[in-house]
Amino acid sequence: MSESITAVGSEMRSYYGRPILKEPVWQPEIPWYLFTGGLAGASSILGLAARATGNRPLAKAALYISMAGDAVSPALLVSDLGRPERFLNMFRVFKVTSPMSVGSWILGASGASTTVATGLELLDRAPRLKVVAETVSAALGAPLSVYTATLVSDTAIPVWHEARHELPFVFGASAAASAGAAAAAVVAPADAGPARRLAVGGVVAENAAMLAMEARLGMVGEPYHRGEAGRYNWIAKACTIAGGALLATSARRSRFAATAGSGLVLAGEAALRWSVFKAGFQSARDPRYVVEPQRRRRERPEQGS
Amino acid sequence: MSDFATLADLTGEPDGWSETYGDETQPRMGFFTDTSICIGCKACEVACKEWNVIPEDGLVWTGESYDHTSTLGANSWRHVAFVEQRKPLRGEDGGGDALRWLMSSDVCKHCTHAACLDVCPTGSLFRTEYGTVVVQEDTCNGCGYCVPACPFGVIDKRHLPRPGSDPTGVRPQEDGRVWKCTLCYDRLKGGHEPACAKACPTKSIQFGEVDELRERADARLAKLQAEGWNGPQLYGRDPGDGVGGFGAFFLLLDEPEVYGLPPDPVVATKNLPEMWRTAAIAAGALVVGVLGAFVGGSR
Repeated sequence: MSESITAVGSEMRSYYGRPILKEPVWQPEIPWYLFTGGLAGASSILGLAARATGNRPLAKAALYISMAGDAVSPALLVSDLGRPERFLNMFRVFKVTSPMSVGSWILGASGASTTVATGLELLDRAPRLKVVAETVSAALGAPLSVYTATLVSDTAIPVWHEARHELPFVFGASAAASAGAAAAAVVAPADAGPARRLAVGGVVAENAAMLAMEARLGMVGEPYHRGEAGRYNWIAKACTIAGGALLATSARRSRFAATAGSGLVLAGEAALRWSVFKAGFQSARDPRYVVEPQRRRRERPEQGS
Repeated sequence: MSDFATLADLTGEPDGWSETYGDETQPRMGFFTDTSICIGCKACEVACKEWNVIPEDGLVWTGESYDHTSTLGANSWRHVAFVEQRKPLRGEDGGGDALRWLMSSDVCKHCTHAACLDVCPTGSLFRTEYGTVVVQEDTCNGCGYCVPACPFGVIDKRHLPRPGSDPTGVRPQEDGRVWKCTLCYDRLKGGHEPACAKACPTKSIQFGEVDELRERADARLAKLQAEGWNGPQLYGRDPGDGVGGFGAFFLLLDEPEVYGLPPDPVVATKNLPEMWRTAAIAAGALVVGVLGAFVGGSR
């Protein structure tokens, strides 16, 4: 994948340089949903694990964060529809071939279970039912955090489709970092150890997966170093690494460091979602990303993907 | 075909639409667009717009030969491409003043394995009894997933001109749904051929049963090759390609990308079983990661 353009043969031809693919029609709601959906999903796992190990303050905070994410997410998605009043049509069918269909059902079930758990926590009632609801929510948390990667990979956009091996890990790790950082920002440092470790581990894993993805993509991954996607990518790396370092070194003793570090990680992970989102648009806009890999595949079919 | 079989097993769908329609099943219908006899009259574009009541969406002078439609989209279901080349129509030696003008009427490919249909979360996109791919506009909620899924950039959300750019002052409501060629599903139901094929004065657009059109295309390709034409090739005729063959395929006189078409399109859902497996592993890794954060203690 690292050969230059000219290695394909003669100069690439196109139809007046016009795009072959259509750019996505998704609005800013979608990258924000990628962020809030991941935050909600990973927080519900963090909350249940905290409950199981007897860390009540962390369990409570993670549950509320998960509730906030589960509440905001559907609103963002409905708002993005061309016909928002028809949002219930998402539940006409269940299609394994459509990650958006699968995801709608996951988000719907996650929202319902998290709402039950949050209600019981607020009312301080039925602790057993609450744990059941939290368990359902946590079981759906990981699918909720990673299915969005499958969703964008299951398109013709080269920078998304060719990233299908790494993107679920990027999104899963980003969700972990977001959930850890959000909890570490609101829980007293003495109770926030697991949240800090999750945030730092998530940042490390997310950046590693991102680098692996960029390495595999080669020329198809150029959008991550250009234009808006490139800018968001740079912001994501700078913020997550600075925030992760703060959380790892001084957040145990300093409430200020915990808040600042968490804020940086959250900002960085949101920027990462925006970078992936914008990269898709840039990838669709330039016919080179469609023609060159397909030409190579046609000329060497045995190496095709 | 083994990859598709995997996906069909996963979804429980029969490989092909025909079994689901029972007695109502029709032969698979489609287009063979023979661009070697296209004269660029755009009668297909006009007939399509008229029959399907497609709104005007802005008039732009592009300076790109005679093409001011530029691309297929929600409001253009046929698009005639114009390519000017310093190249003779036949043979290699045309001298310095050789010129050929390629024209090609593009349309939705009605893929055998259609990404738009696969990813549609509401079931609005469906396969008809003719094997074509159609949007049910009364259930589409405008999620837009089909738009980046299409490997040809055919389907799009309908946006209408801003008030300022519309001199008539008459502006229908923003539609919000996705639109594309229906292969004139309504006309087929009435036993008529699609409007574009009906209007085509040279029979560049041929409508018929896909199996029969493939034979016709093979014969036409052999004839052009025997006559020494430059670069004739069939595009989308092969059922073994990345989308299982097109229901609407083409005879081109140059490489597909010259006409703005992808040279080797693949339906994204071909790799979906593998993508779900990767997602499952990543989900497992996320759970392990969260549990790992508690290894050092619960506080």
